[in-house]
Amino acid sequence: MLELKNIKKQFGGRTILDNFNMQVPDDQITAIVGPSGAGKTTLLRCISGLEKTNSGSFILDGKTFDPANNRDNDNVIGVVFQDFQLFPNLTVLDNITLAPQLVLKQSKTEAEKRAQELIDQLNLTGKESLYPYQLSGGQKQRVAIVRALAMNPKILCYDEPTSALDPDLRQTVENIILGLKKDNMTQIVVTHDMQFAENIADQIVRVEPIKA
Amino acid sequence: MHYVSEILPSLLSGAWMTIKIFFWTLIASIPLGILASLGLTSRIAPLRWILKFYVWLMRGTPLLLQLIFVFYGLPIIGVIFQRYDAALFAFILNYTAYFAEIFRGGFQAIDQGQYESARVLRLTRGQTLRKIVIPQVIKIVVPSIGNETINLIKDSSLVYVIGLGDLLRAGNVATARDVTLLPLVLVGVIYLLMTAVATFVLRKVEQHYQAWR
Repeated sequence: MLELKNIKKQFGGRTILDNFNMQVPDDQITAIVGPSGAGKTTLLRCISGLEKTNSGSFILDGKTFDPANNRDNDNVIGVVFQDFQLFPNLTVLDNITLAPQLVLKQSKTEAEKRAQELIDQLNLTGKESLYPYQLSGGQKQRVAIVRALAMNPKILCYDEPTSALDPDLRQTVENIILGLKKDNMTQIVVTHDMQFAENIADQIVRVEPIKA
Repeated sequence: MHYVSEILPSLLSGAWMTIKIFFWTLIASIPLGILASLGLTSRIAPLRWILKFYVWLMRGTPLLLQLIFVFYGLPIIGVIFQRYDAALFAFILNYTAYFAEIFRGGFQAIDQGQYESARVLRLTRGQTLRKIVIPQVIKIVVPSIGNETINLIKDSSLVYVIGLGDLLRAGNVATARDVTLLPLVLVGVIYLLMTAVATFVLRKVEQHYQAWR
């Protein structure tokens, strides 16, 4: 379980998060909702270590850890960005296997074997040697998910997973996220889409804008 | 025809000098330009200022002046270069500045999200640059680098001012001696051949990077 305690985050004097607390239970889906500008994405960026918090602590399975300084520890957080941020110069397969080889020191065969399992699981079979520009939005998102999963994260985070997709793909995303839940993946989903949050989440956390 | 075969060896040896200067300048300036562009976008302010000043100086004064300065000027304060070394030194300094600016533009075109994406995958900064950022930057800068490369072939003729025997000088000498236009025409043809080869290679490089977008 991941616990956030008294998290405070300021940007240039503006307080985005103040004394924010939340718990992310294992193997469940936690949705973070709230109006735009409330700090949902900032919260996710703090959890994934892309932003440093001003104060507060992160506790994972009873142990404090600093997401922003987590390079040497076990891989904890995977992120699927709103715009996916696949690497355009690498094929689908290389996008997925790059980090496992460079960071987890897996052999090429090992990394590719694991990647292939995930590729098949997320219905990307046959796309291995394509470049990101040749994929549809939904396929790009699935590649981004596989790329994050290939690093064996304890928690997988999504930033607005429905916003860059056609409305009819919402159902597919729901199915993917619920499918990963069955595999006991702990997931955090930031969304402004209340309906979507209610469809997938075990718990919903609201982030409200702080009145100055 | 007999005359052509008579002067061709001297023209070709001049062309060899041109090619050497071209080759070594390119080999040194491109990596140095990448390093300098990283410095230009660095968070360390003094490093940025120094490199900005350097780029301003190199792009703001004629290459001919820089050549003369290095070969005829520096010995006055005790820094002596051989002709060939002086030429390479001036060319590398000058072209590094141009390449640095081109690469800076390329680096700035890369989405910040690419760095973040690499970061959450826990790639190191070096891995991120090598595997993700630099290939994308190269794709962006190849056309501009190509332009400078073609320029460099022709700019190399400036070395005649410090008495190096390059292609242009060889042609010039033959024309003055034999009072005929032919050597200069041949010089033009040889330059055209060299730029044609460079253009062909650059097109191949561009094609290589067209596999992805």
